[in-house]
Amino acid sequence: MTDLTRLTIAEAREKLSAKEIKAVELTDAYLSAIEAANPAINAYIAVTPEKAREMAKASDERIAAGKAGALEGIPLGIKDLFATEDVHTQAASHILDGFRPKYESTVTQNLWNDGAVMLGKLNMDEFAMGSSNETSYYGPVMNPWRATGSNADLVPGGSSGGSAAAVAAFLCAGATATDTGGSIRQPAAFTGTVGIKPTYGRCSRWGVVAYASSLDQAGPIARDVRDAAILLKSMASVDAKDTTSVDLPVPDYEAALGQSLKGMRIGIPREYRVDGMPDEIEALWQQGIAWLKDAGAEIVDISLPHTKYALPAYYIISPAEASSNLARYDGVRYGLRVDGKDIVDMYEKTRAAGFGTEVKRRIMIGTYVLSAGYYDAYYLQAQKVRTLIKRDFELAFNAGVDAILTPATPSSAFGIADEDLAADPVKMYLNDIFTVTVNMAGLPGLSVPAGLDHKGLPLGLQLIGKPFEEETLFKTAHVIEKAAGRFSPAKWW
Amino acid sequence: MSVDLATVKRVARLARIAVSEEEANRMTGELNGILGFVEQLSEVNVDGVEPMTSVTPMEMRKREDIVNDGNKADDIVANAPASDRNFFQVPKVVE
Repeated sequence: MTDLTRLTIAEAREKLSAKEIKAVELTDAYLSAIEAANPAINAYIAVTPEKAREMAKASDERIAAGKAGALEGIPLGIKDLFATEDVHTQAASHILDGFRPKYESTVTQNLWNDGAVMLGKLNMDEFAMGSSNETSYYGPVMNPWRATGSNADLVPGGSSGGSAAAVAAFLCAGATATDTGGSIRQPAAFTGTVGIKPTYGRCSRWGVVAYASSLDQAGPIARDVRDAAILLKSMASVDAKDTTSVDLPVPDYEAALGQSLKGMRIGIPREYRVDGMPDEIEALWQQGIAWLKDAGAEIVDISLPHTKYALPAYYIISPAEASSNLARYDGVRYGLRVDGKDIVDMYEKTRAAGFGTEVKRRIMIGTYVLSAGYYDAYYLQAQKVRTLIKRDFELAFNAGVDAILTPATPSSAFGIADEDLAADPVKMYLNDIFTVTVNMAGLPGLSVPAGLDHKGLPLGLQLIGKPFEEETLFKTAHVIEKAAGRFSPAKWW
Repeated sequence: MSVDLATVKRVARLARIAVSEEEANRMTGELNGILGFVEQLSEVNVDGVEPMTSVTPMEMRKREDIVNDGNKADDIVANAPASDRNFFQVPKVVE
């Protein structure tokens, strides 16, 4: 029998509806794969086999009754940031020890309503703060990819490192993820998977543990462009429980695949050619340009002059919002409590023990930039710069550009416990240099695998679109995917 | 701008995070590294630029001012480290 975990969502959907396979078999195949691989990969921090089998059984019954949903019987992994009723939801933090919410996030509820099966909760950087999945309380995730001829462990990227690794290692058919500064697109690029951060407001943030509320968006990580389109269709909705949820119908993203690029204008921003960028990233970008040209798109050079200020502005705005959002973890209502001599001592000891180093660092920066006397110089200035970053994109789109093509990351996956990166937080932050602008402007961004570097590691290209034009990204990414092919790691685990 | 050890301790106090002398020292260097990095924002001319308040041009939707949820006291305290008859328990705050 063929390995059922190798089926894409689209392929599994077909076999399930033709009754060639059963949802229970598919789920069991994934549960066995997780059991065998997770000790090495550490992608899952909680596996829910009973729940998965129960959901799969219900899927088989609905398929038999002719009542199958759009994701009927498809086994998914869920980032630990999404609230799942009575199931481990800890944002990979010690401070949320034992937290089992009594409610379900809108995004995951949408998936279950469409018949999807939950395999478990996926590892991530603590509170989604990180670019390597090394800030997790549950330890780092191993990238299923290794450099050719090397046994060295690599990071899967972050913060959705568990999601990306689980998809790449065939430990789920697809995964939910979230992206505040690049946390879907960078791990997708590091693992040869497809990830899309939709427009701000497209997926409900209700029940998603908040990091930086004006930047956070949920999206899928999948094996290919079609699967990402299928997943986003189910994840996205209009939700009265999130006041920033946008009241627009969710299109059939899959229908955009295969549409022609003739007459499309693709912008190439000169500011994304940064100092010290490896030649092979530039070469990959040129290859992407050539593929889109061959497909009939017109290539235009554009300028986004405030690009270099996006990352510094992000490291004011996101910690500021985080310091406010994470104030709720005080040892009173949920999670960890460390007793103290009075209530303030209890707060301080709980937060000192419960938060990891990177989370503390960001809370401290956020508290400082919002404190009396510094608000105008830092926070207000950053919010004004954010307006300028968004305006750069608006000017490009108003001049007739339909989508923008850039590299997804400045390098391929790097090593676990990289000493340079550990010694200098700013160096780690530079990983998000190409992705963070998109969050600042609230735009949709998609990362699609486009090739391998000289070490045999995957590299991605990023497509940026106009607000709520995710369809344009899917059809363009589909062209790149067809030209580049798909990439899977050699199994070592 | 840069921070000194006393400022780091004051900010840690504001953030309600206990820090040891050693941690505060380490944080001082790290925070100064980050503040040095974000310093470049001051060179951007923002004359006449409005600060961003909403990334998508939309009016915040408001729901009707009616009770549509409730009677979930057990659920609300279910995850509390200490509770008693649907009250959260905290150390004594009033003498």
